[in-house]
Amino acid sequence: MKLLQLPSAELRRQMAGAGVWLRTGPFSLKLKSRIPSVAESLAKLYGQFEVRSVHEAFADFHIAVNPPGNLRRWLLPQAEFSFDGLQPFDPLPRDQAFPMLEWGLNWCVSTQAHQYLVIHAAVVEKNGLAAILPGPPGTGKSTLTAGLVLSGWRLLSDELTLIELKTGSIHPLPRPISLKNESIPLMRSFSPDAYLNRASHDTAKGTVAYLRPPKESVRRQHEPAQPGWIVFPKWVADGETELLPRSKQQTFQSLSQHAFNYTQFGVEAFRVWSGLIQQADCYDFQYSRLQEAVTVFDHLAESAAAGEARN
Amino acid sequence: MNLIQRCQPLLDVLRNPVCMATLDLAAWDLLLRQAGAAGLLSRLAVQAETLGLIARVPDEVRPHLTAARTVAAKQRQAVRWEARRVAQALAGIEGPVLLLKGAAYAIADLPPAAGRLFGDIDILVPRAQLGQVEGALLLAGWHSQKQDNYDQRYYRRWMHELPPMTHIRRGTVLDVHHNLLPETARIHTEATPILEAARALAAPSGLSLPADTDLVLHSACHLFHEGEWGHGLRDLVDLDAMLRGFTVGPDFWLTLLARAQTLNLGRPLYYALDCCQRWLHTPIPPNVIVNCPQRPPAWQGALMRELFDAGLASAHRSCRGRLAGLAAFALYVRGHYLRMPWRLLLPHLLHQAKRRDRDQS
Repeated sequence: MKLLQLPSAELRRQMAGAGVWLRTGPFSLKLKSRIPSVAESLAKLYGQFEVRSVHEAFADFHIAVNPPGNLRRWLLPQAEFSFDGLQPFDPLPRDQAFPMLEWGLNWCVSTQAHQYLVIHAAVVEKNGLAAILPGPPGTGKSTLTAGLVLSGWRLLSDELTLIELKTGSIHPLPRPISLKNESIPLMRSFSPDAYLNRASHDTAKGTVAYLRPPKESVRRQHEPAQPGWIVFPKWVADGETELLPRSKQQTFQSLSQHAFNYTQFGVEAFRVWSGLIQQADCYDFQYSRLQEAVTVFDHLAESAAAGEARN
Repeated sequence: MNLIQRCQPLLDVLRNPVCMATLDLAAWDLLLRQAGAAGLLSRLAVQAETLGLIARVPDEVRPHLTAARTVAAKQRQAVRWEARRVAQALAGIEGPVLLLKGAAYAIADLPPAAGRLFGDIDILVPRAQLGQVEGALLLAGWHSQKQDNYDQRYYRRWMHELPPMTHIRRGTVLDVHHNLLPETARIHTEATPILEAARALAAPSGLSLPADTDLVLHSACHLFHEGEWGHGLRDLVDLDAMLRGFTVGPDFWLTLLARAQTLNLGRPLYYALDCCQRWLHTPIPPNVIVNCPQRPPAWQGALMRELFDAGLASAHRSCRGRLAGLAAFALYVRGHYLRMPWRLLLPHLLHQAKRRDRDQS
């Protein structure tokens, strides 16, 4: 059953009690939280994802976001992320409980899912080909991702590109897109119908709100894609829209700085890595106007499709 | 339910890896977490593959085993590579350079190596060569990090090792020992017999391994005398693997007991054998435990069992008993008590506490 079919009071009750079982991309979670805002955002953002009873026998990750058991809770309400009973991070103000769940989930995948090569990059797909968008926070990666998936591209992930070692294909993990600061109002005006949850303020990344992933992306979350492009985006205030080819060698070097778990692998990862860069067209991309950026990407997808048709 | 029963299904599969083929999904759900927290998942993953059990494991579980195997393979490769760098750096040193613990297991492919996770590299050198060794390592890029005069003095005067050395580029950590136990410890042991009995490795040349018995005794004394309980169960699995793997010769057990007598390490060996047998069902002939030198008196043995069991069960929350916190504290205090006499220990703890206060404020 889908999460949105679970009445919100019931979801809140289950999460505060034994927890819920949820599937997102290749991963299953058992999730608990006594904090009502977590259940509320989860219902709004993960509505299309599959939910089951917590009595399901198995989950990949057992996680919770709850008030910590310290005395501070009487002064300033906090939230703490737990992974199977361990707390890998310091608690944060209660207002950041939902972002903390998202960050905690990213941490679970990037530190444990070594069945994939995990790159810190957004990834979107059109016509079977994926565009990998690496970039540190502040480069406009999430804004571009949001713009693309609200314009017909399929969301594979906003943060974690999962590459299967055997095939080199990319596995989707279409969780909500995290938008920061100015990109929140920008996205509201770009697409007034898109759903964003209540923003959390004063986080380490400023103000953060999450965009609900498109229904179609969630429906196709078990369908992998082949790498098509590696594009390093950069948002420049009032900058011209500019797509410039980038050498494979340069791409190899910069992309390895974005690999979460490359060092956990031996020569196998090097092979996958080189294959990925061989297969993909590599670019630097500068933009300030989101609509123009989308047009450039649509054009990339169309020329690839036309090239495919000619062959 | 006693602590050993609580640690199921982890102990079942450590005792008999073949039973991985019969576990249901719910048992795996708990096992992955218990083994992960204990640092033993990659060992199980490698064993599952070696025993051809991967196809009989549920689909949901297989990716976890793949991930754990990947990490273990890379770590093993890395520790072997690093050991070769140490060999190069120390090529000009007279006298043997012995690899200890993880690095020794990895380089010689000893029974605990399969699927083991590695931390620092430990080596043992003759005390007379310590200055030369440190100089050569400094030249090759290892240096001691962030330690003030107090730490330097503490290590050099009282401990059995130099302050940990970190490689300036790779960040890998090397512990250089000149003995198995601190100079100030309540048990006194000599490194000379271990250095003399060492076997030189063909490759990488310049490195040696302690004799099998000495590897067992060092592992036992590390866990049951030095009291590092963070990886307690994993260290016990190392011991179990060696005791199962080294016992091919008929006189292994006799040699082990005699060696424990020589090195004055009978007490930690007794605790190791007792815990291995009760926790992991290691096949140990009954007369070996009875004849172990320096056995503790019955009352002390019983008390220590309680503490060690709590330490071993601390790996995952599903295993911990009600008094886990208290037992952990008792083990910590015991580790320090065994490390040095009160007249040195109390000023040391006071200094550490003051420093912690200062760092926090």
